Amino acid sequence: MKKKLIPYSIILIFLIIFAVFYKSLKDTNIYTPETKINNDIPIFSAELLLSNENSNSTEIFELDKFYLLNIWASWCVPCRDEHPILMSLSKNNKLIIIGMNYKDNKKNAKKFLDELGNPYEKIIVDKNGTNSIEWGAFGVPETFIIYNNKIIKKYIGPLNNELLIEIQKIIK
Amino acid sequence: MKIFKNFVIIFLLMTINNLNANENSERNEITKNLRCLICQGQSVYDSDSDFANSMKILVDKKLDEGLSEKEIYIYFKEKYGDWILYDPGLNKNTYLLWLLPILIFLFGGAIIVKSFIFKK
Repeated sequence: MKKKLIPYSIILIFLIIFAVFYKSLKDTNIYTPETKINNDIPIFSAELLLSNENSNSTEIFELDKFYLLNIWASWCVPCRDEHPILMSLSKNNKLIIIGMNYKDNKKNAKKFLDELGNPYEKIIVDKNGTNSIEWGAFGVPETFIIYNNKIIKKYIGPLNNELLIEIQKIIK
Repeated sequence: MKIFKNFVIIFLLMTINNLNANENSERNEITKNLRCLICQGQSVYDSDSDFANSMKILVDKKLDEGLSEKEIYIYFKEKYGDWILYDPGLNKNTYLLWLLPILIFLFGGAIIVKSFIFKK
């Protein structure tokens, strides 16, 4: 009995190790934060890009309206790719698009909007990146859908045509 | 009198220095336990990436607002989930992580007890 126990336990240990490694083989090692929905939006006050005035979250986000917050920067290449989608979403009058200019140079940001068009109603300046962390973002571009001061959806990375249709369905 | 004045000035300068050091060490302790999400295998303290630098500024800001170390961890956990902490709490995703070492220890102990004590 005892002699049999050792080879069986060795085989069992190897099977467990194999299962663990096989499972992790398929897991992605790029971590994306849990997309916690129905989280309240953070309370903040920040400078606005085009008017140079200060504004705060309660002034920007009103109740009973759909908002899209898009974190962008003029130096970010994927932001250029998703810009036409934001432009077409801006034509929808049920949705208000707010921009957050992440760690950018004001001059470059304005040039970017002159070149590709401005879909944003207001643009918040996030000079040191702390504002976007308060939102739970960790890069550009990132997009949040907000309703009644709650984040109802979050997209990491550039928007595409499929997501455009999804967003249009949400705000219907 | 002059000596006394100089002494007071030196004392004040020394306390100011001390205050700064304390604040920084608290910030360093916190950032060492926060994971930099965009750099693999580095803490916020170790990293010099854009994200980590912003996190450091935010930790400073939260400390200024009077939040304690624990409250800051809870704040970041709410935003990014357990992964941001190097010392995750016990919950349904991490119970194996916490219990497995204890189980292995008990199992090993049982083997030792069986083979050494019962043999005698």
